[in-house]
Amino acid sequence: MRGKPVIEAQKINKYFYSPEKTRVLKDVTFQVTRGEFVSIMGKSGCGKSTLLYILSTMDTDYEGSLLIDEEEVSGKKANRLSEIRNEKIGFVFQFHYLLNEFSVLENVMIPGLKLGKKSKEELEHVAMEKLRIFDMQDHALKKANQLSGGQKQRVAIARSLMNDPLIIMGDEPTGNLDKKNSDIVFNIFKELAQEFHQTMLIVTHDPEFAAGTDRIIEMEDGRVLNS
Amino acid sequence: MKTSLILNMARALMLARFKQTVVAGVGVVFSITMFVTLLSFMNGLNQLLDGLILNRTPHIRFYNEIKASTSQPIEASEAFSDHYHIIRSIKPAASRTSIYNNEAIIRTFKDDLRVKGVARKIAAQVFFNVGALDVSGVINGIDVEEESRLFAFEDYVIAGDFLDLKYTANSIILGKGAADRMLAEIGDVVQVTTAQGNRIQLKVVGYYQSGLGELDNVQSYASIGTVQKMLSETPSYVTDIQVKLHDFDLAPEMAREYKEIFGIDADDIQTVNAQFEAGTGIRSMISYAVGITLLIVSGFGIYNILNMMIYEKMDTIAILKAIGFSGRDVNMIFITIALAIGFFGGIIGLFFGFLAGLGIEQVPFELEALPTIKTLPVDFNPKYYIIAGVFSLVTTYFAGYFPARKASSIDPVDIIRGK
Repeated sequence: MRGKPVIEAQKINKYFYSPEKTRVLKDVTFQVTRGEFVSIMGKSGCGKSTLLYILSTMDTDYEGSLLIDEEEVSGKKANRLSEIRNEKIGFVFQFHYLLNEFSVLENVMIPGLKLGKKSKEELEHVAMEKLRIFDMQDHALKKANQLSGGQKQRVAIARSLMNDPLIIMGDEPTGNLDKKNSDIVFNIFKELAQEFHQTMLIVTHDPEFAAGTDRIIEMEDGRVLNS
Repeated sequence: MKTSLILNMARALMLARFKQTVVAGVGVVFSITMFVTLLSFMNGLNQLLDGLILNRTPHIRFYNEIKASTSQPIEASEAFSDHYHIIRSIKPAASRTSIYNNEAIIRTFKDDLRVKGVARKIAAQVFFNVGALDVSGVINGIDVEEESRLFAFEDYVIAGDFLDLKYTANSIILGKGAADRMLAEIGDVVQVTTAQGNRIQLKVVGYYQSGLGELDNVQSYASIGTVQKMLSETPSYVTDIQVKLHDFDLAPEMAREYKEIFGIDADDIQTVNAQFEAGTGIRSMISYAVGITLLIVSGFGIYNILNMMIYEKMDTIAILKAIGFSGRDVNMIFITIALAIGFFGGIIGLFFGFLAGLGIEQVPFELEALPTIKTLPVDFNPKYYIIAGVFSLVTTYFAGYFPARKASSIDPVDIIRGK
């Protein structure tokens, strides 16, 4: 399986229009192949988060072409993009972004429920399995807001894995955590890469974190320096 | 699976803002309760007031009107056919007030499937001789049983048994006003002089009270045979034929139709009582307007609360979108919230409205003019409940529509990056 491209970005350009027209991404072209653990590094303001949101299909206002799992996604309808996000992409944000209205288990299950391919019982089982990877199974029935920051982030990663996505994208997943928790989270990513051969694309400005990944894409001023 | 997920999401969001949700729901409950109560009470009253007149009024009345002949002899003369005819001082012809060949006419009506029933009637102008005084009045000769079946005669006989009219010879049921004036008790005998000068003694077997004072002062009832005898007429003498239809909207059309066929005058209920129709219409229009206003106001309440919820739950919406919920899904979640508030608020409101109706129905309401009414009238027509239910869903849907559209168009990138 290794070697098949998961994401292909070709000459992606992005402009911000307020306060004035600025080109924030300049001909960004790169590839992520299956099983790779890639990090995007760069100073803040270099466009790395902007790039990630484009790759995640949430931001559709760009020029160029984007292929996910060899399917052209630029120009696709919003509903199809939602389906792609649900099925093929797992997300981890800087802030945990769990839904406080639901229990930990339900939070993890939601992407699965949305996908609707398995029965509720099966999904519960799968969700418990995912929580077990992160040693969070004992907290399954707690409400999301009863967890500590590090625990929330672990649950968020478990959620991103719910539909066994093609790729996990992270936007500074350790950015909001203290050293101890950020180490835990980093080890989790490492484990995912080594044991599960999970494809991952993580935006970070933590060199230590980046150093542990297979490949670093460095960005400066809207350009990819190496790819 | 997907519907249950959306329901789950809606439920979780509502529980998260439970107080506001309840407040919005109470708004709907209140407005639906008021809507149903108002309409059932208003229409109960309407029916009471209409019934006062309409129940007792034949849908079509056939009679011979005293009037001038429509064709004058000079028109038949060829010599003056190309002249203007100016005739002065025309007087009505001495036509008979009795309806000619009425038995055949009545048979025709009875064979007509649109007709519910036919009752004959004779109206006779009389004087009641009370000591040295003569009190004028009208005695209506009626088919006692048919009159009761078709025009609720029985309901308005407040003392005595209406069937005595039929079974007691030379009996009369006096209008309450007339009876009070004559100091006539049940069992008394009153003397009556007809316009032709015939005198007859009639035994009072009951009182009649319609609720309309001027009628009760003048109108009295006797059996049709008694009145024919009083007027020294044959049993075929009838001045009015009253027809009741299954569907009273057909009255004008049928009145025209039979007027042509039999060559007699016909009045339909719509023409005679046009003002009642108009009054009823306006009263129900006002109650609908008030009810719908209440619902719209509660709709604004729901709109506000959903808007607030969306501002508070921006993060939730953004994350849902990030993990693959489409705009449509988010839209449906908020529409579901609105409809759930409308649905449950509506059901509770309908129930309270029903209770309020039962309550109003217990309030004593006795008027001398309305002998059959003991409590306030309430109309429990399911129609109002259906209208209220449908309206609660429609208004809450629209109240949810705009906030839901806003929620569905939230750009998750803006929210997530904005942190």
